[in-house]
Amino acid sequence: MPKTRIEFRVNGAPREVDVFPMERLLDVLRLECGLTGAKEGCGEGECGACAVLVNGQLVNSCLVPVLQVAGAEVLTIEGLAENGKLHALQDAFASAGATQCGMCTPGMILASLQLLERIPHPTDDEIREGLAGNLCRCTGYQKIFDAARQASRL
Amino acid sequence: MRAHVPEYDLVAPTNLRDALVLIGDQRRPIAGGTDLMVLFEAGKLAYRRLVSLHGISELRGITEDPTYVTIGALATYTEIQRHEIIRREFPLLVRAASWTGAVATQNRGTLAGNIANASPAADSPPALLAYDAELELMSSRGQRWVPYASFHTGYKTSSMAPDEMIARIRVPRSTSGCIQYLRKVGTRRAQAISKVALAGLAKMDAGKVERIRIALASVAPIPLRCFETENVLVGRHLDPALIKEAKLKLAAEIAPISDIRSTDDYRRFVATNLLQEFLESVLP
Amino acid sequence: MFEIVGKPVLRKEGRDKVTGASKYIDDLSFPGMLHGATVRSPVARGRIRGIEFPPGLPWEEFVIVTARDIPGENCVALIVDDQPYLAAEYVNHAEEPVVLLAHSDKYLVEKARAAVKFDIEALPALFSLEDSLEKKQVIWGEDNIFKSFLVEKGNVDPAWLEAAHIVEGEYRTGAQEQLYIETNGVIAIANPDDGVTVWGSMQCPYYVHKALLKAFPLPPDKIRVIQTETGGGFGGKEEYPSMIAGHAALLAWKSRRPVKLVYDRAEDMAATTKRHPSRTRIKSAVSREGKLLALDIEFILDGGAYATLSSVVLSRGTIHAAGPYACPNVRIRSRAVATNAPPHGAFRGFGAPQSIFALERHLNKVALAAGLAPEELRRRNFLHRGETTATGQEIRENVNLEGLLDRALELSCYHAKLEAFAEHNRSSRIKKGIGFASFMHGAGFTGSGERYLQSVAAVEATSTGRVRILVSSTEIGQGTNTILSQIAAETLAIDYDDVDIVQPDTSAVPNSGPTVASRTCMVVGKLVESAAAGLKQTLIKSGLLPAGYTRDDFANACAQYIAQFGRLKSFSQYQAPPEIYWDDETYRGDAYGAFAWAVYVAEVAVDTSTFEISVNDFVALQEVGRVIHPILAAGQIEGGVAQGIGYAVFENVVWQNGRMANGQMTNYIMPTSVDVPRIRVFFEETPYEHGPLGAKGIGELPIDGPAPAVLNAIENALGVEVNEIPLLPEMLFKAQRVRRAPPYVSGTASRRTPFCASSSEEASIA
Repeated sequence: MPKTRIEFRVNGAPREVDVFPMERLLDVLRLECGLTGAKEGCGEGECGACAVLVNGQLVNSCLVPVLQVAGAEVLTIEGLAENGKLHALQDAFASAGATQCGMCTPGMILASLQLLERIPHPTDDEIREGLAGNLCRCTGYQKIFDAARQASRL
Repeated sequence: MRAHVPEYDLVAPTNLRDALVLIGDQRRPIAGGTDLMVLFEAGKLAYRRLVSLHGISELRGITEDPTYVTIGALATYTEIQRHEIIRREFPLLVRAASWTGAVATQNRGTLAGNIANASPAADSPPALLAYDAELELMSSRGQRWVPYASFHTGYKTSSMAPDEMIARIRVPRSTSGCIQYLRKVGTRRAQAISKVALAGLAKMDAGKVERIRIALASVAPIPLRCFETENVLVGRHLDPALIKEAKLKLAAEIAPISDIRSTDDYRRFVATNLLQEFLESVLP
Repeated sequence: MFEIVGKPVLRKEGRDKVTGASKYIDDLSFPGMLHGATVRSPVARGRIRGIEFPPGLPWEEFVIVTARDIPGENCVALIVDDQPYLAAEYVNHAEEPVVLLAHSDKYLVEKARAAVKFDIEALPALFSLEDSLEKKQVIWGEDNIFKSFLVEKGNVDPAWLEAAHIVEGEYRTGAQEQLYIETNGVIAIANPDDGVTVWGSMQCPYYVHKALLKAFPLPPDKIRVIQTETGGGFGGKEEYPSMIAGHAALLAWKSRRPVKLVYDRAEDMAATTKRHPSRTRIKSAVSREGKLLALDIEFILDGGAYATLSSVVLSRGTIHAAGPYACPNVRIRSRAVATNAPPHGAFRGFGAPQSIFALERHLNKVALAAGLAPEELRRRNFLHRGETTATGQEIRENVNLEGLLDRALELSCYHAKLEAFAEHNRSSRIKKGIGFASFMHGAGFTGSGERYLQSVAAVEATSTGRVRILVSSTEIGQGTNTILSQIAAETLAIDYDDVDIVQPDTSAVPNSGPTVASRTCMVVGKLVESAAAGLKQTLIKSGLLPAGYTRDDFANACAQYIAQFGRLKSFSQYQAPPEIYWDDETYRGDAYGAFAWAVYVAEVAVDTSTFEISVNDFVALQEVGRVIHPILAAGQIEGGVAQGIGYAVFENVVWQNGRMANGQMTNYIMPTSVDVPRIRVFFEETPYEHGPLGAKGIGELPIDGPAPAVLNAIENALGVEVNEIPLLPEMLFKAQRVRRAPPYVSGTASRRTPFCASSSEEASIA
């Protein structure tokens, strides 16, 4: 199969890639765009380490064929800070101890972002539910909840 | 990541008519991709030629009229969970949608795709069966509505023709006054494949079962509508003795297996207990 | 009072982690790089008759490596050196590596991997530790036994006659997958002229160095191993990276190109190490007063097909088997045996979770037989200062396990809940229960291990006053970079932000030992403390550093010293505390420099219509010497507890013909955010004199307690005894069908076989 040209936007900037249509958005972001923040943890849409926002919606980029993001707006972890100033969630994750090994962190922060956009002041249960698609092996989740709560209070 | 990506041919038509022609040309439709891409990455997607339905606006949206709520093929689980009328009249669909994967999966996964994937463990089919859902199967040759209850014919097989796709799903708006129940028992509380799930719908009339629907996941090669168990109940006075009788009938009607997730005995035990829990919630 | 230690400073590499700037091995790419893949045996045991490369693929474009291509020895150097890098004639486990492939097209290399065909004559294989003990086949050495230990204290035999109660039980634990979110991966560059360089995800760069030295005929300084940002280890990247590093290096050596070899999740789960499954049998004698008279423990581990670290896992499990109790007569007979499973290896806790599970379940059984509450039995038997452990180690600190127990029970409202739950359970199908476990965990290498390691740490100052820490200890999420920086900064009285950690690179840092055994803070932290103190002393003695110096004074002093002497670098080498004595022959003496002590309490609810288990609250109380960083320390406990809960009731490895059949995250169940309770963590501090600022090790402690605490709670809820983990609803369902046996009659030795899901017979009642 030949490669195809796909145009979309990543972190506010236009991108043009020549890729196979069934390439995973995850691989296109990491290899073609050099944005390695999204990680592969499972390759089956279970761990959420690959999560990014497409047109404002949290998706597992390992399950998105790149052809389907033509014309779309993608936000990765690299696009969260503005002019070097960390987003409130990034600050909270760093200070609350919500990141240990860091592999789940980009996806977890974006999932938290999506949660707080939907529910600006979530209850503890809503935080748990909102993050249930992001697996963390290091923290036992407690401090991730703390970080989300901390950021929601700002 | 085990797929040999260059071998896969994916095209993205912009309208339904073109999509149907491509499906007629033996291309497998892919909507949100949350089922097919998992197979793909495991190196197990048999289809090499696919057609993306993602950009086809005719397939989007949820509409309602006095008789039906109609869910487009591309309606996602997230959209289903947020739809006012579905929340009010078809809460089991909302609950099942909230259990399918997690937020990221729900933002992409579609009900139609889930039905087409035909897993007996899928979360929404029992609710769809309980609601007497109908599917609109469409091809270049035309379209037809079929009762969902007759859609699955065997493990991962259906009555859909090779050139057809599921265009819409509709549920009759006849749930008022019904008691509704859905419970899933999985391997954990989120992102779990069901070991057993039971959907129940009951309308009572002075202690008698006027209308009853019982449907289960993961107890047969297909999502199972339990007609025999329903027949034991319908028209009769509901009391603990009848519940016991219904449990026995259910135990015989289902055919659970042992697999990497659970055992046949356990599934049978749980299925009958879920039925009991449902029927007890209906008791006056 | 401390300025930096004990404070929640920001994690050193935290900003990079929250911005996505951290580079893990799969984020890196080298020009001209090839992608590697490993072709593995589909059968558990057999003789390789042939390897076929079917037509249809451009094999001439591939780099293909087999055992014949190994320039040095075909052996992954570790302890016994029995494991080959690539199977030559025989395969001894499913997923055993046989052929390595590399190509520039990463998609094509996957297609090629699936295409290679093996002709293997299958041989009868062993899949259970029972079959191995019975020697149904002899698959390793003369008798399938990798290692055995006998630990004796006093004499158990007479105790049975004096006992008021004799209680026996059998306890089983299954394999557990580490499931770090970042899979194993490395990149290698190798050729005979420049040597071998490997970058990768790992816990122990010097282990990899030692292993590569054997596989390649090169001098030590021509082998270089560099740890990249590592996304979790938990022991799963302790010894395994030597294997994958060797593979990548072999492909690089043959191709003269850089080679990246990264496992996907399916491969990582099926092929790499897991926690050793275990079977423990305990027979115990208790006096009328509820004092333990004897513990006779048989502890067996399934090591898989090769020895790897089984002897050391067995050692730790053996030493922890008798718990924090003063029992005068103890016999522990332990063995690690071979089966045809992929070799089991290091996983947080390293044998202790297995033996502690057994003991803490057993003591509840003993309590029942003796007519005592479980906490009362513990109280009557806890160790005190001056008393000795099973290996004869005298407790030299003021341990107060009674106080710890009391406090844990209070924090968890244990007694009130016991009563409330008993009442609730009378009329609800949701049965609630509460249970606890009391335990200890020894930090650092066992016995003479630390002395043998002779770890070295270095602290170096630059002329701007920044200080660099040089150790081979790795950051894998637990906070190595942060706490070592805190310790150095505290010792030198400089800013935390003025301290840097040098990337662990065997060509640049000394060998401070592996990042394992809960030793990084306690042992290596101590070395960093001494090295920093040495550096400060050097400056003071040189007259360049005034008393009460400021940050600028320090920088100036460093600049002047370096201008004068060229370098300001201080080394510290491990010195065993003088009073530590260990006999490797008899396995007696001081097993560990320090123990951390803990009591964990779990609250559960079981829905008896489905037997779904929910852990609803968890209290984790431990005495740890000194808390270096409150958030990191709590984070270690919380993460360990979550893994322990997974070990107890979620994480099941399904074996089919010696292969993990559920090697996907969908089917290997680890807890999500809605599956863990609120985990409430509390610390006590009794400073350990040989720890940095008094700290003991805590990395592994938290995974020892949850499984027995949770199962004790489940027994409390249901009144059914189950002694196997992972405890799944299906097993509880089956166990319910077996009626609970009445309590033992005093003075009678009765033998009961408790329910075990994996045995083919139903449980029988005495």
